[in-house]
Amino acid sequence: EDLRVDGRGCEDYRCVEVETDVVSNTSGSARVKLGHTDILVGVKAEMGTPKLEKPDEGYLEFFVDCSANATPEFEGRGGEELGTEIANILYRVFSSESSVDLKSLCINPREHCWVLYVDVLLLECGGNLFDAISIAVKAALFNTRIPKVRVLEDEEGSKEIELSDDPYDCIRLNVDDVPCIVTLSKIGYRHVVDATLQEEACSLASLLISVTSKGALTSMKKVGKGSLDPESIFEMMEMGKRVGKSLHIALQKILDEEESLGTSRQKVGFLG
Amino acid sequence: MAAITMRLPVARKAVGPSAPRGSEKHLVAPGDTITTDTGYMRGHGTYVDEEKLIASVAGAVERVNKLVCVKALKTRYNGEVGDIVVGRITEVQQKRWKVETNSRLDSVLLLSSMNLPGGELRRRSAEDELAMRDYLQEGDLISAEVQSVFSDGAVSLHTRSLKYGKLGQGVLVQVSPSLVKRQKTHFHDLPCGASVILGNNGFIWIYPTPEQKDEEAGGFTTSLEPVPLSDREVISRLRNCIVALVTQTLMLFDTSILYCYEASLPHQIKDILKPEVMEEIVLETRRRLLDLEG
Repeated sequence: EDLRVDGRGCEDYRCVEVETDVVSNTSGSARVKLGHTDILVGVKAEMGTPKLEKPDEGYLEFFVDCSANATPEFEGRGGEELGTEIANILYRVFSSESSVDLKSLCINPREHCWVLYVDVLLLECGGNLFDAISIAVKAALFNTRIPKVRVLEDEEGSKEIELSDDPYDCIRLNVDDVPCIVTLSKIGYRHVVDATLQEEACSLASLLISVTSKGALTSMKKVGKGSLDPESIFEMMEMGKRVGKSLHIALQKILDEEESLGTSRQKVGFLG
Repeated sequence: MAAITMRLPVARKAVGPSAPRGSEKHLVAPGDTITTDTGYMRGHGTYVDEEKLIASVAGAVERVNKLVCVKALKTRYNGEVGDIVVGRITEVQQKRWKVETNSRLDSVLLLSSMNLPGGELRRRSAEDELAMRDYLQEGDLISAEVQSVFSDGAVSLHTRSLKYGKLGQGVLVQVSPSLVKRQKTHFHDLPCGASVILGNNGFIWIYPTPEQKDEEAGGFTTSLEPVPLSDREVISRLRNCIVALVTQTLMLFDTSILYCYEASLPHQIKDILKPEVMEEIVLETRRRLLDLEG
């Protein structure tokens, strides 16, 4: 029987609201509301030096801040542990080479590259944080506009970086292969997608899967103190791939719809 | 089949106020002056500062002759004698249980206020104290009545009737206590096939109606038989309806819940929580309630 407490089936998500470009002084931003979970992601593009082992690529840095607005447990340093856990999972999800085209972020090999600082802010915790965060990160990366730079070389050989005068002359990232995280929680003998806070309290083990839009699995992590049967892990992976593909389709559709509204879009923001 | 709906946010439009019944409510925020007339006595939610009566909570002003008090819209539960509450056991102590009831202090259920199984009336002995855990453990849900209120505001509960006791399988919805209307009875058997307990502390318990009125056990045995799918659908629908009423801040009582349930029947259970469906259902409920009154 496919009925949860709020009437959803095991594979149904709660209603998701996505809005991009909410923070004006970032290169890209997105806000995602999934039921009672509220996430704000801001992406800032800054110039830095490439890493030594990957001299012709840029890179991403993740930082997760659990705001004390979310729950009283996050007061002071309470949210740090959860924040570092989420950041580590994001690093792992984006560690595969195909997710973001890092070579496009390179300006001068070994000298200059774009570093994308992705800051995640948890405004409200209503269950299923990882899915909402990954949707918001993908939407924010879609919205990111990195200014075009030209490298000029003068006679002595020193390089100068010139920013174009037009503020709208920028490059966009290709987010087709950016994965989204799907959390499958095991409750009793069944597994469910998008658990609410109460369902999370009942589940002893969950599986976090990152799925690309083509259905490919890029990383997997088990959380929770319970144990998972290997057969049920296979089932959960299959369900996760299916759900992940439809998640990507729905997200891409809404991002394209928002893009097509252009400048006439009414920004709802935080006071709507 | 996964059903994932994504949408762009829409600015919420303010729902117009329902037809005013009687006088308009005087709403205040903390710090607002209620009156500068010194003839009034101050009640709950107010304080006197420089000969002015100022509100300390956000809510509606209520005046009874010379007493002015402010009834807060969102507050913790303040116990009154005779209220029905639904609570969760948090601790098992020497001669009592500590019950969490969404109030400022944990409520207390004394061993002497608890019905022994079989309905015996005797002094509680040392064996009863040791066997306390067999009756109620941490995490159990109970329905009880408020016996008295201590001076610090903590509430003392009792389950001295066969209709109170440990709750079996069902769904708990937590709402603000100010949304539960005070009525003669808080135990309702709805005609749609489920029963509901509207706790005054904001905890609402929805459970399948038991077939036979098997009250002799005193409410300690809980049946763990699987609940049929049809009953579970009714309970899920009721739960979503209650959440919809709460989001639109409508008072909760048996008629409003029933009207909301009937208005939600054409929709699927999981669609009730979508904002536009919620507004539609609650508007219909409000209309029917006004028809009932007028």
